[in-house]
Amino acid sequence: MTRPLLQTGNARAASLKDVPLYDIGTFRETVLENDREGGRIVSFFGCVPEGEGQVRLFAVLSRHREGVFFILSSDVKGSYRSLTPDCPQAHLFEREIYEEWGIVPEGHPWLKPVRFAPRRRKDGPEIEAGIMDFFRMKGEEAHEVAVGPVHAGVIEPGHFRFQCHGEDVFNLEISLGYQHRGVERAMVEYPGKRRIHYAETLAGDTTIGHATAYCHAVEGLSGCNVPARAQALRGVMLELERLANHAGDLGALSGDVAYLPTSSYCGRIRGDILNITALVCGSRFGRGMLTCGGVRFDVDDVMRQELLERLDRVMSDLKCAADLLWETPSVVDRFEGTGVVDKKMCEELGLVGPAARACGIPRDVRSDLPSGIYRFSQIPVFTCESGDVFARAYVRWMETQKSADFIKEQTEGLPSGAVIAGEGTRLLPGSIVVSAVEGWRGEICHVAMTGVDGELARYKVVDPSFHNWMGLAVAMRGGEISDFPLCNKSFNLSYCGHDL
Amino acid sequence: MIKVILARIKQGYRTSAFPKEEPVLAERFRGLPVLREGMLPEESEERAIACPTGAIGKGPGGASIDLGKCLFCGGCAASPGGAVNFTKDYRLAALSREDLICRPGEAYKLAESAGKEIKRTFGRSLKLRQVSAGGCNACEADLNVLNTLAFDLGRFGIQFVASPRHADGLLVTGPVTRNMRLALKKTYDAMPSPKVVIASGTCAISGGPYIGHEEVIGGVDKELPVDIYIPGCPPHPYTVLDGLLRFLGRR
Ligand code: SF4
Repeated sequence: MTRPLLQTGNARAASLKDVPLYDIGTFRETVLENDREGGRIVSFFGCVPEGEGQVRLFAVLSRHREGVFFILSSDVKGSYRSLTPDCPQAHLFEREIYEEWGIVPEGHPWLKPVRFAPRRRKDGPEIEAGIMDFFRMKGEEAHEVAVGPVHAGVIEPGHFRFQCHGEDVFNLEISLGYQHRGVERAMVEYPGKRRIHYAETLAGDTTIGHATAYCHAVEGLSGCNVPARAQALRGVMLELERLANHAGDLGALSGDVAYLPTSSYCGRIRGDILNITALVCGSRFGRGMLTCGGVRFDVDDVMRQELLERLDRVMSDLKCAADLLWETPSVVDRFEGTGVVDKKMCEELGLVGPAARACGIPRDVRSDLPSGIYRFSQIPVFTCESGDVFARAYVRWMETQKSADFIKEQTEGLPSGAVIAGEGTRLLPGSIVVSAVEGWRGEICHVAMTGVDGELARYKVVDPSFHNWMGLAVAMRGGEISDFPLCNKSFNLSYCGHDL
Repeated sequence: MIKVILARIKQGYRTSAFPKEEPVLAERFRGLPVLREGMLPEESEERAIACPTGAIGKGPGGASIDLGKCLFCGGCAASPGGAVNFTKDYRLAALSREDLICRPGEAYKLAESAGKEIKRTFGRSLKLRQVSAGGCNACEADLNVLNTLAFDLGRFGIQFVASPRHADGLLVTGPVTRNMRLALKKTYDAMPSPKVVIASGTCAISGGPYIGHEEVIGGVDKELPVDIYIPGCPPHPYTVLDGLLRFLGRR
């Protein structure tokens, strides 16, 4: 890139003073240039107003194989020229900035609410949940299908609006926000003792992923050195989380094409894996495992043995259950060619995680911008080319095996020593840190900033689902409405992670 | 086909013998807390200040823990002195908000059968409509687990149904966000009477980690009459199952 930007490693603190402040035109051009060259927007958000009516925008960018984040900022007032028409991956970020701060991205093609959140600056109209203009298709035989927020199952709330002609879906619009509980704001405004619990519940099925991102952010801001044993244990727990969810997804996908053997085995296998997590920390979701500076539970030799034995058994069961899928023509037939997202679209939307890897893009924080244990121990990245349900399922299956190998290797070779750092976690004043973790759904990004007093001043969370919901909408285009459950499961996105 | 049969043999029969046999939970599982009698004021004070949700209160017998607010993080048990201990007892469901307060030297008041009428009407068949009203999806995830063959909820005559019109009970998770308030109310109204309401998980009982947020109502009982409370963050599937069976007078 032609202009100087702040470059910083994953979970490495930098001084806020070093973030270049550009006029909005230059800011815009820089982000677009990064996009044209194949870069990504990792995070893009507004921050504490500087003076009357002014909001400071921050963009965190990344570029393939560059191993650092690029940060820049700009002050805006009232409105600015939208990036989205030239750079679709900015679309939801710009909507969010509009919703939070009332700053209008002029020319945004789809300027709608994101989560029906109360404005941070109380000078805009209150927005009612679910009330917005949906895209509509006109025509004699066109019809609309509306689903949610309450769904027919034990699922989180969200609203889906399909424009159909017969069985064919022309457009799907997804409207979320029902889970909005104000976590980002509370991270800063509520007592610090709640923060780890906010992190653990940003998306409950990603407790370890988000808690790791939070702890890395705090540790980066306080220069705390996490002992090697704690880092290895965090890695083990993160991969267990991936393993459990991927196994569950394989079962659910199988259930959605009415192939019951794998669906019933995987439902149970997922539980067996959650129980391994509970073996270590007492909670099936990894609650209470992480703390700033390390982990709260150590693993002794007896437990280590037990963990490895259980893992072996689980993997043998999982292999048996998953192999049935790939060997059953009726399953493969339903998976193949359903819900296709092509590579170009994936790049444009900035998809992450298994959804991106299923389109042939080797995007993975663990190898692109490793932090924690992944700086010392690599995990191979697996991709598929077809971008369909099959690819998203198969990528998950391959990843479960890699995760299991990693867990084994780490557990067998656990470094000795303490599991928690002795030093405190006082935050550096006037700093910024970007902390990214590859959760099981993809890139989790937390950005934390401190004020001159060393207190948190802004905390921004991007859950992988924030990038990927649009991927699901696009995957449904031109498909049949009866394929929706299957497509939906193949992405398996988080509502609460999106809604925060 | 032969592979399917071989797989079936390998995977075996895995449904638990619950409730005939007690489940084996992880050694480190944090269930019902036990408070030491005669806790020193400074011991309880220190814990009350550190508790993330204000679950620790002061009472005549020393400290108390409100399980309706507790995240079972174990923070208070980790502070030295051993004044609080989390046991492996997973049975936590209670019939009233007051019963969720755990006091030193007092037996925890577990839910009992909600009465003959409930038992007669729902005892052999309870259809539940679940509404996720905010929260983090961990409660929902561990409710879904009840449908797996490890628990096989259906064998108790309990089932999650798609329509509120088919439901006898409403099982709510999450702190009830402002954005879900209307949908929750509409679902409740759409259910035929008699109907029961179950608040499952710390969020649904009190707001959990989100207590005090302007974006949430902070507990189902601020909106609807709740018949049974199931604590936990999230509740263990056995905690939920035990609670439901107790309520129906089947445990
Ligand atoms: S375990 Fe419960 S009572 Fe104890 S500190 Fe955590 S939330 Fe508070």
